[in-house]
Amino acid sequence: MPIPASESSLIHARGLTKRFGSFTAVDAIDFDVAAGESFGFLGPNGAGKTSTMRMIGCTSPVTGGTLSVLGLDPNHDGARIRSRLGVVPQLDTLDAELTVRENLIIYGRYFGLARDECRRRADELLEFVQLSDRGTDLVEPLSGGMKRRLTIARSLINEPELMLLDEPTTGLDPQARHLLWDRLYRLKQRGVTLVLTTHYMDEAEQLCDRLVVMDKAKIVAEGSPAQLIAQYSTREVAEFRFAPGIQEKLDGSFNGLAERIEWLPDRVLLYADDGEHVVAASRERGIEPETVLVRRSTLEDVFLRLTGRSLID
Amino acid sequence: MATVASTASTVARRPGMPADSPTWTTMTRVLEHRVVQYRRTFRASIFGSFVSPALFLTAMGLGLGGYVSGSTTQTFEGATYLQFLAPGLLGAALMQTAANESMFPILGGLQWNRIYHAMYATPIRPRDIALGNIVWIAIRLALVGTVFALVTLAFGAVRTPVLLVLAVPAAVLTGLAFATPIVAFAATQRRPDTFSNIFRFGITPLFLLSGTFFPIETLPNWLQPLAWLSPLWHGVALTRSLMLGTVGDDPLLALIHLAVLGAIAIAGTLAAFRTFDRRLVGG
Repeated sequence: MPIPASESSLIHARGLTKRFGSFTAVDAIDFDVAAGESFGFLGPNGAGKTSTMRMIGCTSPVTGGTLSVLGLDPNHDGARIRSRLGVVPQLDTLDAELTVRENLIIYGRYFGLARDECRRRADELLEFVQLSDRGTDLVEPLSGGMKRRLTIARSLINEPELMLLDEPTTGLDPQARHLLWDRLYRLKQRGVTLVLTTHYMDEAEQLCDRLVVMDKAKIVAEGSPAQLIAQYSTREVAEFRFAPGIQEKLDGSFNGLAERIEWLPDRVLLYADDGEHVVAASRERGIEPETVLVRRSTLEDVFLRLTGRSLID
Repeated sequence: MATVASTASTVARRPGMPADSPTWTTMTRVLEHRVVQYRRTFRASIFGSFVSPALFLTAMGLGLGGYVSGSTTQTFEGATYLQFLAPGLLGAALMQTAANESMFPILGGLQWNRIYHAMYATPIRPRDIALGNIVWIAIRLALVGTVFALVTLAFGAVRTPVLLVLAVPAAVLTGLAFATPIVAFAATQRRPDTFSNIFRFGITPLFLLSGTFFPIETLPNWLQPLAWLSPLWHGVALTRSLMLGTVGDDPLLALIHLAVLGAIAIAGTLAAFRTFDRRLVGG
């Protein structure tokens, strides 16, 4: 007999809702996260990702629906759940008055760990995030990437079963992001369950086994990155760019060439399983683009299709 | 790092934090954080605590006091002006320390470095953070008060040195009557703009008009009852009765002072629990 999702999952949400006054930040969403899974919330700013994370992290009360985390009810067992979570907040919350190592030790004390144990774990974790040589430095002169790594090390001090990462690499340069991804991937290999929010598609593709796309407080799609691409996009995309004034006269010329055609101000996107075929067929119709790019579909295409291209501020 | 991936069984054995563990245990972890922070500035801070009372007692106690004693026949509750002044300065100094420690550090933890948010992501609860900081302020006040008391002793400004053992705690309680409501208020603020008004319209007038430098009987009659509204007046009167050894003359009045200060400190602490809850937990 299969175990119901609610019993095997680390996080179980049904109709989960968060309201601030009359504003609904999270609108009756359902999802489950299994142990050992790496699960992502994707969505534009204001989609409700952070509000969802804060409810899971038991720092923001649930307004409606049901939520269980690690089999416990956040409304009654908040502190108990938090003792088993590792939280990496969107903004750094390190104590700049303390050294790198002191930040880890004092954080371990918050979980009731003995001082010796805190020191031992602090040294291990500094090694893990490659900050061993900065242990006695104050936090302030560290780079953004180092601070993020320190924040991740700090979130691991209580050996959490579940890590909550809210936009873990926003604002970092590519080297720092890749180092961070590598560390997170190692944690995943060790069996730590990762839940993260991001609006970077490459991050979601790198780290997430499964993800949901959130838009306007609701979940609009769910699946693995490959499933989402298969369901909401095509295998390939052909991008046509034209000399000024040409694109406007092409109305209807592409009809029937692709599964879906998207007209952007600066280019035309043709979604098809065989991009080269689309290019060849368009040549036969006498369409003369300035440049053509055939590429594989990405999560970004899915994301833009589901959440729209208009700017959300 | 081999233990990052915990199994369920090791989790069960780990000394976790039950949700209903006493506030005192979790509070002490917040306190420990403040102690670690303070270690860095300890020496400079203690040195500073000696300088300020020494300057005040020299200038006002000896300088102004010598002038006053020479020009009037009035005695100050049967004491020299220096002896009269010392408890007033002690209470006022702890009021100011309390106000300073209750504004920027609290706002900073909530708004700037946001370390209180980091604490709240652990088993620590908002009220632990509030209480931990209040207890820390009490410790700071006790340190500053003790140094102050040693300086007054050196100046010979205490008529009953034995009662300093009670006078310093009385002055600490005076400070807490200011610290706790200000902590509660600071937790509602997102910017420090209002803090200067607390000094301008609260701390400074009280500093000048609460019997710190002269007996309130010297003030116009209509102004005197207002002293009863000033926590600093209660604090200074209580501290003074201990340092001058006059507390036995009117023990009931001393108890009233104590009750007023205690009630404000407790009410302020409960208010701080509420404002920290509201700020960190949100809607």
